[in-house]
Amino acid sequence: MDLNMTILVVDDFATMRRIIRNVLKQIGFSNIVDADDGTTALGVLKKDKIDLIISDWNMPKMSGLDLLKAVRGDEALKTIPFLMVTAEAQKSAVVEAVQAGVSNYVVKPFTADVVKEKLGQIFNK
Amino acid sequence: MDVALINPFIGATVRVLETMAFTKAAAGKPYLKKDEVARGDVTGIVGLTGEVRGTLSVSFTAKSIMPIVTNMLGEEIKELNDEIKDAVGEITNMICGQARRKLEELGRSLMAAIPTVIMGENHTVAHVTSSPIIAIPFSTENGEFTIEVCFEK
Repeated sequence: MDLNMTILVVDDFATMRRIIRNVLKQIGFSNIVDADDGTTALGVLKKDKIDLIISDWNMPKMSGLDLLKAVRGDEALKTIPFLMVTAEAQKSAVVEAVQAGVSNYVVKPFTADVVKEKLGQIFNK
Repeated sequence: MDVALINPFIGATVRVLETMAFTKAAAGKPYLKKDEVARGDVTGIVGLTGEVRGTLSVSFTAKSIMPIVTNMLGEEIKELNDEIKDAVGEITNMICGQARRKLEELGRSLMAAIPTVIMGENHTVAHVTSSPIIAIPFSTENGEFTIEVCFEK
């Protein structure tokens, strides 16, 4: 896992973006950009080179699932690993995300160790 | 009210605060709450739908929430501000999600809305239904907070 990769954190709650940033810094990442919604995230993705997307599920305007579908449907973006962060641990939601091509998901609440393990599962396959 | 619907919210509260804010919370004795005045200074509230309709609210005193958010963000928060409001919304969301996961394991499926947060002394919390409101007080080393759960019969 390359600690120099650029990670896009997407969450409508500024506090949650900061928590995820803190967690990523604890793991050793330092190149982190963020977006407050799926639509804003798509703008960042078109402009910057992003190596990993970490997105909340439940957001107004464009949800994490819709962002995932947009990313997987875009020729230039479709191979970017996508970690979904969610309070939605219900089986039907997980199945929907997997069908849409999510790389892995983490259920809130989480610790840095859990996020590290999930990222390891994505990048050390 | 069905106790099986209440217990997952108590367990979820303890787990969320311990995991995200390194804060140990001890549940006190549940009681029936007969008024709408919030027990804390900042309250997150979320509506639940599905096989039963209900609401969950989480109300923190200023004294209890500031150290919790300080731990969540890794920087000291000294006043009730928008960061606290944001964090209480997120805590409410996580407690709700965690409890719904447990309820699903028990065969009870509920959907949740996006939480709203109210801040200020003596604000009121209006639950969706007119059913009894079960309040569960919690204590932390820095102060108290209360969760309220209300489901229609």
